[in-house]
Amino acid sequence: MPADFISSLFVFILAAFLGFEVIKRVSPLLHTPLMSLTNALDAIVVVAAIIIAGRAETRLSTILGLIAVAASFSNMVGGFLITDRMLGMFKTGKAVKKS
Amino acid sequence: MTAFTAQQLIDFTYIVAAIGFILALKWLSSPVTAMRGVLIGEIASGMAVLATLFDPQVTQYKWVIIALVVGAAIGVPLGMVKMTAVPQRTALSHAFGALSAALIGIAEYYVAAPNVPKFEMAEIGLEVIIGSLTFTGSLIAAGKLQEILRQRPIVYKGQNLVSLSILSAAIILMLILVVHPEYTYLFPVMIGVALVFGIMLVMPIGGADMPTVISLLNSYAGFSAALLGFVLNSKVLVVAGALDGASGFILSVIMCKAMNRSFTNVLFGAFGQVQASAAGVTEERTVRSASAEEAAAILAAANKVVVVPGYGMAVAQAQHKVRELFDGLTKKGIDVKFAIHPVAGRMPGHMNVLLAEADIPYDKLVDMDDINGEFPQTDVALIIGANDVTNPAARTDTASPIYGMPILDVDKARTVMVIKRSMAVGFAGIDNPLYYLDRTLMLFGDAKGFVGNLVRELSGGGGH
Repeated sequence: MPADFISSLFVFILAAFLGFEVIKRVSPLLHTPLMSLTNALDAIVVVAAIIIAGRAETRLSTILGLIAVAASFSNMVGGFLITDRMLGMFKTGKAVKKS
Repeated sequence: MTAFTAQQLIDFTYIVAAIGFILALKWLSSPVTAMRGVLIGEIASGMAVLATLFDPQVTQYKWVIIALVVGAAIGVPLGMVKMTAVPQRTALSHAFGALSAALIGIAEYYVAAPNVPKFEMAEIGLEVIIGSLTFTGSLIAAGKLQEILRQRPIVYKGQNLVSLSILSAAIILMLILVVHPEYTYLFPVMIGVALVFGIMLVMPIGGADMPTVISLLNSYAGFSAALLGFVLNSKVLVVAGALDGASGFILSVIMCKAMNRSFTNVLFGAFGQVQASAAGVTEERTVRSASAEEAAAILAAANKVVVVPGYGMAVAQAQHKVRELFDGLTKKGIDVKFAIHPVAGRMPGHMNVLLAEADIPYDKLVDMDDINGEFPQTDVALIIGANDVTNPAARTDTASPIYGMPILDVDKARTVMVIKRSMAVGFAGIDNPLYYLDRTLMLFGDAKGFVGNLVRELSGGGGH
């Protein structure tokens, strides 16, 4: 079993536990923005896609990498944009009267 | 002291980005700090992308930049969709996320093939299988939510056996590749089988189970990204994937609990199968109905009104009229709250977003567990476009297909009003005894039109 696997597993377990603890506290009010935000954060796979596409090792790996860059970056842009829009709609009673 | 290498600086940026991700989710705990959470998430992601562009491994830029521009061009319209379309947009973004994770895994495989070490082969195989099935599964879910595909569950005899065989086939192919990496032609076969499994997984699920499915796919998309992190030894992917996976998993559990169903039940037993037994016992019972004028008079005399919105309200585009009703009642000094069932809407939290969009203050949107204790002191429970989540049979009738599902206890309010087009049964095809109670008034009509009439009657304008 490669050493990389063990260290990745270590990070995965800690991140998953931390994720459970933090996300458990997210108000049910915000479960839709939660999903769109985690989607946008998950789009960080774009960094791996950039490297695969940018290394340009084989024609196939470059093309697949480029599609992955476009797909994941669209998630990053769209995910943050819609989360931002949704959260902007959540107002308290006072703020609603002002607007 | 030696200077940092470019790679180390990039890795430091990734560590900072990972911290940003965790803070983003932490600040999402309350609407007050949530905006700050999104901002830190944006900064963290932007930093990581920028740093990666300086990675010495990246040798060609032109096409990468073009792909980023294309991605942004697709992302912006997907970020601007209407709030009613957010569930299908979300399903589509699960598909995109899973697609990119799968494609990167596939590219890694073909760069190394056929000399892929056993352990890496297992990682890549598993990652590509999960990514592929999440991709097609999410596309089907998006198609169902967009109503391009049939909403009702599609079921046939022996379905579970067929689906499980397909999944097993994909895993067996992966294991063969681990043992015999020279059989490279099996890799695309494995991908094909996984793609088919994704379709088979979501096709039989529909209707009321969509919020659970979308959460499950969320969690698969996250875990496929985390697995990709294992393949590439990229810790930032492991962290982001673990957070996304955990979030999807928590939401799936909440959705399942809200429907009193187990994971396996959602995955393997479509709702459609139980309907037939329940439909048999419909007898002729009388209901009381009321006009907008009568209903408005009762509402005006109330001290406390709880509105129970369902997806039907959003379909009828009635949320803005509901806001006017909220304003009208509040102006008369009546306490108005909204009772939100966890599965109201088509994805977790969807109803809150729809009401927030209509400028209803979020402190008036109350979760099921918090509002249920208030119904006995409620003068009027006004149900708009909701059905199964108010069905008292879920508490009492062990024969009911929804028995045991937690519901909003609207039948404990002094008066129950139900705005409904007709007496037709709800989405799950189950009759609702609530409608035959003495305290229940049926308000027949289109949600938007009827609420509009209520608003007019309340403002005294009657329009005779």
